[in-house]
Parts: sequence; C-alpha cells; structure tokens
Amino acid sequence: MALAATPEPLKPRRDGSVYPEPPATPIRPRSHTWRRALRRDWQLYSLAVLPLVFFLIFRYLPMAGNVIAFRRYFPGGNLFGEEWVGLQYFMMFLNDPTFWRVFTNTLILGSLTLLFLFPAPIILALLLNEVRTRYLKRFVQTISYLPHFLSIVVVAGIIFQTLSIDGVVNQAIQATGNEPIPFLRQSEWFRTIYISSEMWQTLGWGTILYLAALTTIDPNLYEAARIDGANRWKQTWHVTLPGIRPTIVTLLVLNTGTFMAVGFEKILLIYNPLTYETADVIATYVYRVGVQSGFFSYAAAIGMFEALIGLILVFSVNAIARRTVGTSLW
Amino acid sequence: MVTIAAEQRANREFQRPRGPQPTRGYRVFQAVNAVILTMVVVVTLYPFANIIARSFSATSYIRTGQVNLWPRGFNLTTYGYVMSDSTFWINYRNTVIYTIVATLIAMVLTTCYAYVLSKKHLKGRSLLIFVAVFTMFFNGGLIPNYVLISSLGFRNTIWAIVLPNAISVFNLLVMKAFFESQPPDLEEAGSVDGLNTYGILLRVVLPLSKAVIATMVLFYSVTFWNSWFQAFLYLDRKELFPVTIYLRNLLAGSAATSDPGATSDVSLQTAANIQAVAIVLTALPIMFVYPFIQRYFVSGVMLGSVKG
Repeated sequence: MALAATPEPLKPRRDGSVYPEPPATPIRPRSHTWRRALRRDWQLYSLAVLPLVFFLIFRYLPMAGNVIAFRRYFPGGNLFGEEWVGLQYFMMFLNDPTFWRVFTNTLILGSLTLLFLFPAPIILALLLNEVRTRYLKRFVQTISYLPHFLSIVVVAGIIFQTLSIDGVVNQAIQATGNEPIPFLRQSEWFRTIYISSEMWQTLGWGTILYLAALTTIDPNLYEAARIDGANRWKQTWHVTLPGIRPTIVTLLVLNTGTFMAVGFEKILLIYNPLTYETADVIATYVYRVGVQSGFFSYAAAIGMFEALIGLILVFSVNAIARRTVGTSLW
Repeated sequence: MVTIAAEQRANREFQRPRGPQPTRGYRVFQAVNAVILTMVVVVTLYPFANIIARSFSATSYIRTGQVNLWPRGFNLTTYGYVMSDSTFWINYRNTVIYTIVATLIAMVLTTCYAYVLSKKHLKGRSLLIFVAVFTMFFNGGLIPNYVLISSLGFRNTIWAIVLPNAISVFNLLVMKAFFESQPPDLEEAGSVDGLNTYGILLRVVLPLSKAVIATMVLFYSVTFWNSWFQAFLYLDRKELFPVTIYLRNLLAGSAATSDPGATSDVSLQTAANIQAVAIVLTALPIMFVYPFIQRYFVSGVMLGSVKG
C-alpha cells in the first residue's frame, strides 16, 4: 500500500466550510515498522501460520519438485533427485512418437473445446435473456445447472450407460434400422463423445456469469437503439453483445489457460487402449508413464512441457485481448 | 414500505422496453427459442431418467435394449444386491468421513487465512494474498505432487485425501470479500471490551458470518464428496476407498473388455445393471440437496468472480 505523496485536496463540507482530510494511514518512519507490526498484530500473523505451511508444503514444494525433470530420480530416494542429467529427458520425449500422438490429440481436443464449448453458454444466455416469463427462465436455469454438481465418475457412468450397446442411443439407431455401434470401443467416436458429454455437463453452469453481465446493461441503451430503428436482432448485435464483451474476453483468456489440461479426469475414466489413438492426451500419458510405470523424471519433463505451452498460450491470448479489445486479465 | 413497492413496480416497468408491437419475425423467434430451451431441459434430464429406469429394471429387458424412460420388469433385486455388499457400505461410510474431516480442515484453514487477508492495515498483506493467488495460475503438476505425497508417507492414509486440497483459493477469495464487506464497528467494540484477536474472531466475527460459512461448507463438501482422483492415486486398499472409487471400479470392470462378443455375456449385462444402481446411489445425496443449495452456489460464483 503506497502512501500518497501529494497532500489530500480540500473537500468542501455540506455547509460550505473546508477542512483538510486526515491522511489515510499515519506516516511512520520506515525503521521499526515490521517490529511494530509484529508486536501489534502478532495474533493475526499467528492465524496465518497454518495456511502458509499448507501452501508451502502442498503448493510450492511440488513446484520446486519439478526439478526432477532435469535430475535422475529414484522412487524412495531424494525428493529432488540424485544427479543432474540436463535436458536428457526432454530430448527423450521429443524423439518419442507416442508423445507426438498425445500432443496432437491434446491440441485437437483443446481446439474443439474452445470452438464448441466456449460459445455455447453465451448463446444459451442470450436465448434465456429473451424469455419473458420469469419462472420459466428460472426453471430452465435450475435444470441446466444440475449436471455440474455430479461427480466426474457419475458422469462417466452415465456415458457408459447411455452409449452401451443396449443404451438409449443405440435403441434410437436400431429403430431407424441401422446396426448398433459400440461407441466406446471406436476411436473415431471418442472426440464426439468427449465434446458432447462435456457440453452436457458445463453448458448450464457456464451461463451464470453471462446472465449476470446481461443484467448490468443499461435499459436506456435499448430504448435509444429502438428509437434509432433497430430491430431485436440489431439490438442484440449492437447493444447486448458489446455489453457483455468484457465478460466474454475474460473467460476466453481463462479458458485458454486450461486449453492444454483438457478434461483429464474424464478421459482417464472413459478411454481404453482401443481408443488411445484419439483419446490419449498429454495428461493421461504423463499419468501412465509416471504413476503406472514409474518413470517419474521422464513424466515430469513432459508435464513441465505441457505447463509451459499453457503459460505461453495464456500470456499471448491476454496480450492479444489487451491490444484488440482493451479488456484483459492483467 | 409502500413507496418502495411502488418504486419497484416502476423499476420493473422500466425493464427492457418491448417496443410497440413485437414483429411477426420476433414471435417466430420466441416460438423457436421455446423449442430450443425445452430441448436443453429434455437433453439434460433424459440420461438421468433413463438410468433410474434401468436401475429398477430386470436384466433381460436391459440386455435386449428395451428400457428407455420407464422401468421394465420392475424389481429391486439389484438394489438389494448392491446394498448387501459390505464393501459398498464401508466405501459409503468412508466418503462421509473423508467429506466431514476434509471440510472441517478446509474451513479452519480458509477462515483463518481469509480473516487475516481481510485486514487491510496488516503489513505484508499483499504478499500473503500473492502467495495464495499465485497457486491459482501455477501448480506443480501431477508427478511432483505424487512424489511428494508418497514421500510424506501419506499413501493409504486419510491424509492423502483431506490435506492436499485443503484450501481452494477461489473459496478463500469469496470469504475474504465477505469479511471485507463487514462494518468494523462491532470488532472495535469487541476489542474495547477487552477481547483479543482470537476472541473477536470467535465471538464477534464468526457468529455474524453464518451465511458465508454455510456457503463455504457447501462448496467444500460437494467438492470432496465428488472427488475421486486423489483416492485413485494414493489408496490401494479396498476398505479405504470412497464410494466414487467403488463406482469407478465397477465401470472399469466392464469398459476394459475389448471383446466385441462381450455383449452377449450375461455377467457383463448384470454389471451394467449394478452400474446403474451404483450411479443412482452415489449421486443420490447430491441430487437430494441440490434444489436447496444451488442458489448459494450461484451467489458464491458471482461474489468470487467480481473479486477474483
């Protein structure tokens, strides 16, 4: 909290007289302030000790633990590895054909997610916004939030049950006289299944922030647009969309942050060796190589690579957003 | 009060003007819109209805693909089967225990830290905030976390489930925003009455924060109830599993078969029936409380997004 160097301007009172505002924080000499702060607020600081220990151990220690990507690590040995091996593990995965497969899959699933799952809640929010009957709107909202509260495992179970050979989807396919499809055993179906199930679970919940932003738009703008002869569609285009633009951009930047970390937990539940070809992503590969096969350093190197790409993406999208639309996260 | 009501009425009339007459095109749009929204509702609910129907149906009807929205050959045999499985109940109990313990730990840590962060005069406050927010954007990744938890000796203990995700930064920011919005007068009165910081927090602030505490408890308990991956990573013993892992193992048992002829396998079909029951029983508590809790979630998201 920087102190204001300029004296406060004089503010007129209600009766017209003027008095100087007291400075917001008393200006103290710089020395002794920490000691004084500790003496005065030691109880507050003591409350922060346990949470700080938590962050240190469970958040910052693993960050430092990434060093094992550059060192040889033995399970049960030193937490930070035994000896430096430089970029050996990075070279290894760059020459690993499986890595390039999962890398491609990650990019494809990430792009599809952005393409389909990002605009959908915006469209639904706009549609809900046109509903005049209040209780009807609330009903649709309440129903569409529901899947968000389910465990990923339950969602995976629903996917299995719905898409099984005897499930409702295949019942419909057979009703039209076609052969049933074993969806979860065919890699060409995986992306469709992934995107549609993700849509099913996130669509409703995603509308919340947009609906909140829509309520803040000044009704006078619509009035003015109407007087200028804009029909409903033009009103939406010229008033509504610019009104929620900051929200859209913010969420877009946040979404690119999770671009690389596609729904890892869900994929882990619904993929199998038959669908690896399209379903295997970087995160699941890291899990198999590291946790299942025990090549910790190698897996950590791949994980770091993924995180790095994610970071570059966020920063570039943020920069683009700042230059073009003027809204950004930082 | 009368004036307020009148004002509200005036405000309501000042909502988005309808225009003189909705055009024909707009009326068509309204009809199409109604159809689309109905579709959204139907598509959302359909799988639920189908799985509930399957859980009550006889295996023979499921296997021949005759169960849609209504149970065929209604029976409770599969429910009886799952409920007589002692592992299922042990796992269910574990989920309850993990959820309660994890939520308690999470609440203590989050409340303490949020209260400290809400004190604007505190020296080093921005650093403390940074320590928390930084972890929102950076995390160690799967492997270092796995190595750490294993090195700590947390494998096959409750700590692997309840400690590593004790503080959600999003919840922390929501709570901090709430504490900052409280007027300082009562706390000052408390300190005049000779209470120290701990006393003020326990006797003045917390009793006034029941709403935000309830919301946070909901946030955390739904998250912990639904979580499975931590347990999947660190627990190998059946008697420690939460119910999500019980369900996961049921799914894995049937999904892993790559044999196309498996569809005629009776045991697999029965497994599908058991799956349906396990899905219903796992999701039941959430479905049951959902109508009462969803609005708290919505308000929490709003609060967090404004501040976060």
